Amino acid sequence: MPGMPRRISRDDVAHVAWLARLDVTDDELERFTEQLGAILEHAADVAALDTSGVPPTAHPLPLANVLRDDVPHESLDRDEVLAEAPTAEDGRFRVPRILGGDA
Amino acid sequence: MTAAATASSVRTGERRAREVVEEALSLVESGDGALHAFNNVLIEEALAAADEVDRRVAAGVDPGPLAGVPVALKDNLCTRGVATTCSSRILDGWRPPYDATVVARLRDAGAVVVGKTNMDEFAMGSSTENSAFGPTRNPCDPSRVPGGSSGGSAAAVAAGFVPVALGSDTGGSIRQPAALCGVVGVKPTYGLVSRYGLVAFASSLDQIGPFAATVEDAALALEVIAGHDPCDSTSIAEPAPSLVAVLGDGVEGLRVGVVRELTDGCDADVRARLAEAVAGLESAGAKVEEVSVPAAAYGLSAYYLIAPAEASSNLARYDGVRYGLRVQGTDVAAMYGRTRAAGFGPEVKRRIMLGTYALSAGYYDAYYGQAQRVRTLIIRDFDAAYRDHDLLVSPTTPTTAFPIGAKADDPLAMYLSDVCTVPSNLAGQPAMTVPFGRGDDGLPVGVQVLAPARGEAVMFRAAAVLEAHAP
Repeated sequence: MPGMPRRISRDDVAHVAWLARLDVTDDELERFTEQLGAILEHAADVAALDTSGVPPTAHPLPLANVLRDDVPHESLDRDEVLAEAPTAEDGRFRVPRILGGDA
Repeated sequence: MTAAATASSVRTGERRAREVVEEALSLVESGDGALHAFNNVLIEEALAAADEVDRRVAAGVDPGPLAGVPVALKDNLCTRGVATTCSSRILDGWRPPYDATVVARLRDAGAVVVGKTNMDEFAMGSSTENSAFGPTRNPCDPSRVPGGSSGGSAAAVAAGFVPVALGSDTGGSIRQPAALCGVVGVKPTYGLVSRYGLVAFASSLDQIGPFAATVEDAALALEVIAGHDPCDSTSIAEPAPSLVAVLGDGVEGLRVGVVRELTDGCDADVRARLAEAVAGLESAGAKVEEVSVPAAAYGLSAYYLIAPAEASSNLARYDGVRYGLRVQGTDVAAMYGRTRAAGFGPEVKRRIMLGTYALSAGYYDAYYGQAQRVRTLIIRDFDAAYRDHDLLVSPTTPTTAFPIGAKADDPLAMYLSDVCTVPSNLAGQPAMTVPFGRGDDGLPVGVQVLAPARGEAVMFRAAAVLEAHAP
């Protein structure tokens, strides 16, 4: 049985926001720390349950390796898909530089 | 007019689909300004589709079981070439390159899509107040919420704009708003309805289902959208169940359990309506007794760890690269952070962070792993209850519709309104709500019927009996 985790801190929330690639303001950090703390406190009943020997369920259906026949079929039109992109170039999605910016 | 009656009059040529759809559009035009059930009304597309139905009838071709029936779609169901926003700024203006399977099936059955309905952003919420485009109001009392997250679809049916609408239910997002607006709402067995083209929130919990004013219309709509789809690998490889045909079969001899854990915490007036519903089932020949599903008491806590965990992963795709909003940054990481900060509303951010935390190193086992083990316990306890019972019942929601703004600043209080509905999603089992009288405040109360996996037929039989006994 896993132990009870300590209350979530402002630093934890800042770290989680970074992991989730979500810029947050100081105000949001303050508010989210308090709200996530309250929600996790409510979840303490689950964290405290004795579940030794109980297997986890990730999914309601007992499924494994759903395969289809290897037959070619029509896919989405590339131009139609790229038309929805913020920027596209030469049949590809265009993004800003990946290394060496202000992040 | 019900969907069943409309379809039958259009199929026989007695009424034209064009007339039916024009009537629906004019009701929306005059009534939706005060409610905001719709994000987008598709006037031209709907009239063109209605004309096509009429052409088929004129040519002697049967347009299908929903011929000429106006339907509304929750705005997280993909519609080819038509904006699908999930009521989020991050998808504002996005037009999907394909139709969801359920949308294609509705069209193939002759139904006419009249619009996309408002919702809590990415289906995260229980009041439709978390929409980037403003809240939807409850047609029974516009100062109250319609429930959520499929509040727009519930309101569109309750207001009489359309006889049938589709929503999605991850933790109660069809049943809770249906109950608060006084209409029928169905969450089918996980895998009965294809999720292809449903914008994902929590993939192991999400299921599409119908709203309708009558049990028969809900059965008719579910028959049309259910059934195997190779585009969804979690879709059950069996044909759609026959439901309309069994509606008159009654509940004589059925064993029904009232779930103590989902009933005790509900308001007194809600429990009083449930007691009357139980009396109705008994008078129709069912044997009803109280039953305990102990782990259901932990459903809400487990749900609010599992659903955000899955959401944090599913919503990683909104990064400003392939579609939707982009806020520029000097490099790609800065662009991600700014785009997501500007595009997501507060509840979505909260759940992404909660889910990321529950999955992060050091907390995974205590939160996500533990919630998954509780999910196993819930399934085991339901299985035990179904050994001695054909069906279970409970209230659908602990209270009637609450005032707009009442829980907007208290996420936990909002989450508690899903307490009766989340266990069915965790178990992957079907459940539906049937309107059953009013609370002390004059607002609708819903009774929830729960069934074992693939138990839709027996669930609908009980729903039809409840509808007949409703005050």
